[in-house]
Amino acid sequence: MLTRLKTQVPLFSMNSYTKLGEKLKLSGLSLASTHSHVIRLGRHNSKMAVCIAVIAKENYPLFIRSVPVQNELKFHYTVHTSLDVVEEKISAVGKAMADQRELYLGLLYPTEDYKVYGYVTNSKVKFVIVVDSSNTSLRDNEIRSMFRKLHNSFTDVMCNPFYNPGDTIQSKAFDSIVSAMMVQAS
Amino acid sequence: MADDVLFEFLHMEMVYHIYKDQASRGEMDKDRATCVSTLEGMGFRVGQGLIERFTKDSPSFKDDLDVMKFICKDFWINVFRKQIDNLRTNHQGTYVLQDNKFALLTQFSNGKQYLEEAPKYLAYSCGLVRGALSNLGMDCVVTAEVSLMPSCKFQVVIQKI
Repeated sequence: MLTRLKTQVPLFSMNSYTKLGEKLKLSGLSLASTHSHVIRLGRHNSKMAVCIAVIAKENYPLFIRSVPVQNELKFHYTVHTSLDVVEEKISAVGKAMADQRELYLGLLYPTEDYKVYGYVTNSKVKFVIVVDSSNTSLRDNEIRSMFRKLHNSFTDVMCNPFYNPGDTIQSKAFDSIVSAMMVQAS
Repeated sequence: MADDVLFEFLHMEMVYHIYKDQASRGEMDKDRATCVSTLEGMGFRVGQGLIERFTKDSPSFKDDLDVMKFICKDFWINVFRKQIDNLRTNHQGTYVLQDNKFALLTQFSNGKQYLEEAPKYLAYSCGLVRGALSNLGMDCVVTAEVSLMPSCKFQVVIQKI
């Protein structure tokens, strides 16, 4: 509920605030955006994913984490369907030989609630990030940097002698990097 | 810089240790085969991790030949400090990589002395190449042959299923 306050009209009356509130109202900004703890949430919200998944070359998940935990099945399904789009993009790039082939695949497909982004490594491991559609402030560069961090962290997991390629990822370090990128559970 | 020789010494000790271990346990017949596959297995896992790190920033590869060129240049430079001298292919999945001064064999001899010991020291590198290729999506069999030290040839045969 609190996450939507930034864009909606505040639930409390403007009159109960100071002249600052009136000035803001005149300039069209919502007063809620000056309320300190909403600002904090607002800033966090703009860089956070709702679900992050790492899929192996053989198309089974190595790691999948989502917030909130109740709708987990829906996210699993979303990630699964996005794999088709990933495959399509990979094979499409193969035909366009002139293009500089990038690892970042961009927006895979938008649903009414969520936007799904994809990234594939040279070892054909896919990363999928699902973000909330209401996050309009999330720019392409930020998504790219999230993927970069994921890739770096995954490379470290791969080089860990206690990790067998093909197993699910148990590394706590990887887990903490992912948790830092996800929406804080309210 | 002493960095380069660190791995060479470690590798020599690894081979020695594996063979010593095997000799103290089993029969003479099984020795060579299991030692070679142990070393190859080690190289395989290391190759997988290495390739993940090296290809982190490079764009995707166009085809098999592109992958082999990457192995011959960037990968070989990073691991053995030089490029492969000669790459030959029959365009049907077989590649021969020739290194005229293979880093792990330079200390042995300049000719035919110690030739029969050489295969032990090539097993790890074969595994390295196999692991790297497998992580890039190419299943293959890698073998090495030496006729005149320190030059050696790695033969890569890609398994098409």
